[in-house]
Amino acid sequence: MKTILVPVKMVLDANVRPRVRADETGVDLSGMRLSINPFCEIAVEEAVRLKEAGQAEEIVVVSIGPAKAQDTLRQALAMGADRALLIETADSPEPLAIAKLLRAVVEQEKPDLVILGKQAVDDDCNQTGQMLASLLDWPQATFASAISVEGDRLRVTREVDAGLQILSVPLPAIVTTDLRLNEPRHCALPNIMKARKKPLTVSNPADYGVDTARRLTVIAVRPPATRKAGIRVSTAAELVSDLRQTGVL
Amino acid sequence: MTVLLLADHDHHTLSEATARALTAAKQTGNDIHILVTGSGVSAIAEAAATLEGISTVLVADDPALAANLAEPLAATILSLAGQYDTIAAAATSVGKDVLPRVAARLDVMQISDVIRVITPDTFERPIYAGNAIETVKTADPVRVLTIRTSAFNPAPAGEGMAEIKTIAVPQNTWRTRFEEETVTKSDRPELASAKIVISGGRALGSADRFRDVLGPLAERLHAAIGASRAAVDAGYAPNDLQVGQTGKVVAPDLYIALGISGAIQHLAGMKDSKIIVAINKDADAPIFQVADYGLVGDLFEVVPELEKALG
Repeated sequence: MKTILVPVKMVLDANVRPRVRADETGVDLSGMRLSINPFCEIAVEEAVRLKEAGQAEEIVVVSIGPAKAQDTLRQALAMGADRALLIETADSPEPLAIAKLLRAVVEQEKPDLVILGKQAVDDDCNQTGQMLASLLDWPQATFASAISVEGDRLRVTREVDAGLQILSVPLPAIVTTDLRLNEPRHCALPNIMKARKKPLTVSNPADYGVDTARRLTVIAVRPPATRKAGIRVSTAAELVSDLRQTGVL
Repeated sequence: MTVLLLADHDHHTLSEATARALTAAKQTGNDIHILVTGSGVSAIAEAAATLEGISTVLVADDPALAANLAEPLAATILSLAGQYDTIAAAATSVGKDVLPRVAARLDVMQISDVIRVITPDTFERPIYAGNAIETVKTADPVRVLTIRTSAFNPAPAGEGMAEIKTIAVPQNTWRTRFEEETVTKSDRPELASAKIVISGGRALGSADRFRDVLGPLAERLHAAIGASRAAVDAGYAPNDLQVGQTGKVVAPDLYIALGISGAIQHLAGMKDSKIIVAINKDADAPIFQVADYGLVGDLFEVVPELEKALG
């Protein structure tokens, strides 16, 4: 493979508890820790491992989002990506618009493989990779827990509801990552310093002729129903007796 | 308002997820057609015809559809798409894989993981691992929906009056090749639809202990077994048992969490259970904040006592 493209998204850090804004317009991100989406981090790691194994020459990372998403791209560069593209947008476009922008990037960069996270942990949509595959009319292998290169094909193990499914897809192809594909590396300081000098170009959706207007109107974002506090029991016998009273046993 | 619902099945039985997704589908339209795809699926089609509220069963029977690969499956759905206002599927691994491929081709923004139908174009869905609920209204001419099955009760069996029609499957040289499948075999109830789920966490310590501690209790309670991400990552349990934001979402009558600390990603997969029991030796574990019954103790001592108390 010559080029692997890895789209990455900046999200509210997965360890931070989201707070819904009082006016019900969304989740409050101001002053919160923002990080690379964990599934995107796994995608970058996999691309870097393929490059380290001599299976790819260049890794291009792309992010679509606010100017601050440059931090996310710099992290991907520190992990081992070669160059970065930021398509700057005021808010976070929907997966369909993201997929259209990525199609334009694919047409420009001509990668042999696009690896994406299977879902972003903010909107939890799980759509972008499949949509991109559809728009490009490429084969897809989603929810990957193992990837190996076999000539001009990829052998991909997928986590499915019943267990594991193994597919073989010809390149170019789309792969989306599941949790167990790899464990991303920590970036060493020298690599973080080096990443600052790697090329990062900024553009906007209009440069690609893509309309990012939303299709879905968000009417409200509310906190979920909360569970009422339960009780502590001290023995297994007490637990069984209480559960029998509820009728569940 | 005509709805196309994709049937979910394993080639032997129609999954309960289909009946649950049907309940949501009925709230979005009044004429429901169900699409049964696969190879040798006439028995599945007959089972689908018995669900209450289905007017037509469309059968796409072709060897290319045997492994639920996204390319031929999306092409089959797209060959029918023009006739429908809504295209829906349960948010199973097949539904999640294929429907965005359909939506993008229709230039429609999919609505994933619908938990409530407010009107046929307005839906609720969880975001941020269920820490917020988003209400969205679509302006797209066709609605493409995946349904979070734990949020809907299964539609009952009806008279079985639905008409069964065979449809032509688009032919092409599909590029994706199915190699093999490892299916976790179990005699226990299915995780997604079980009335009682017993889940184990990292505290189990090994695959052997996971099996030996959870197995007999699950047997006794006729429960399904689940696992936290930590337990799956550590190799104590297979991936298809993972409960959480990115694994399976369950809402049984009783959920027993054994040695699970309760990361928000895990809570996302089980906090809609009717009764939650947590057993953990760490009294400060976040799982206790959502548990109806909490027992602080060593699960290796508590579980045998539990079995004894159950008699």
